[in-house]
Amino acid sequence: MLASLSRELLHNLRTALQALGAYTFFFMRLLKEVPRALLRFSLIVEQVHNAGALSLVIIMLSGLFVGMVLGLQGFDLLERFGSEESLGSAAALGLLKELGPVVTALLFAGRAGTALASELGLMRATDQLAAMEMMAVDPVRRVVMPRFLGGVLSMPLLAAIFSMIGIFGAQLVGVQLMGVDTGQFWSQMRSAVEFGDVLEGVVKSCVFGVACSLIAVYEGYHSVPTAEGVGRATTRTVVISSVVVLLLDYMLTAAML
Amino acid sequence: MRQTRTIELGTGLFVLLGFAALFFLVTQITNREFGLGDGGYLLLASFEQVGGLKPGAPVSMSGVTIGHVEGIKYDFSEYKARVTMRIDSDYNRIPDDSDAGIFTAGLLGGQYIGIGPGGSETFLAEGDQMQFTQSAIVLENLISKFLFSKAGEKQGDAPAEVSTP
Repeated sequence: MLASLSRELLHNLRTALQALGAYTFFFMRLLKEVPRALLRFSLIVEQVHNAGALSLVIIMLSGLFVGMVLGLQGFDLLERFGSEESLGSAAALGLLKELGPVVTALLFAGRAGTALASELGLMRATDQLAAMEMMAVDPVRRVVMPRFLGGVLSMPLLAAIFSMIGIFGAQLVGVQLMGVDTGQFWSQMRSAVEFGDVLEGVVKSCVFGVACSLIAVYEGYHSVPTAEGVGRATTRTVVISSVVVLLLDYMLTAAML
Repeated sequence: MRQTRTIELGTGLFVLLGFAALFFLVTQITNREFGLGDGGYLLLASFEQVGGLKPGAPVSMSGVTIGHVEGIKYDFSEYKARVTMRIDSDYNRIPDDSDAGIFTAGLLGGQYIGIGPGGSETFLAEGDQMQFTQSAIVLENLISKFLFSKAGEKQGDAPAEVSTP
């Protein structure tokens, strides 16, 4: 009983390590292709449209509501300490450093990551990738790379838009609804937020962009070529992306604090 | 063709919005200023105590911001904190006997440097050191001084121990 349990544990550990190794190899292969892929920029632009421009509405809407709720919660919290003027700096720092990159990455995994994974998975299932190989076209170079780079480039921009809209959302609730002074709101924010804080958010969102895109592309490309396999690849994309983003978030925050 | 154009338009809009947001976050939310001007000139001042002064804090005269604190370092030749300030080049008529003090904006606000003009006919220029400085007030020192003076009042002359009330 105990022996079989430990054997299973070992087996799972081995599978996990194997997956990590496979991810690393795939990532290395993608990195090697970056200079060549940049030459075919129109393909990347198309994917920036898919991953970024089409995610714009959901990102802006979510940013607005996250900012608004931050305005409400922040006001309630700060009022207890009698410092509701700090609402601006609290909301801005929370959005820039934490909520902006993380929530954007989670939404990105749900909106763009799943689209990528299922698209590549279906290409695999319908033998489109095999057909490309037959024509001596490297599917990684032609199909995977533009999608990966499109995601990587879109993510920081989406996070910046999220944070900006969020700050306006917080201002909307804090100033218009709760009656915090506009001048106090902005001046406290400007004196508290430093360039490093913005940079931290950008660095985070860049890392998340690489992670989410890599996971989506890997899972899609390596999916089992059946209807079930594509579905599973899509699910795995969201699950792995979410966990990895939150894990990376803690590590990055600890490293940059 | 029409399809491609729509895609390009959408992508262009997204990229433009993204960079606009980044620019907004960097210039409007932070206290850093990216002026396109000549960058102003540097002044130096040494303080016994800078308190919570931070790089980027405003330098003001009569409440008007004329520059920003660029750097704070400890200077072992004087055993004081050396503050470097970048003053906008528009404000180039600060008398060379002006004094600089560190003040707090509001009760819990950030600290800033206030410059009080002197009466000299010559003006400070690039790299000059300000002669007269007034340190930041450390609240703890102020409170302990107050408590000591209160204790002294009660017990006559000897500086008595401060008893917790």
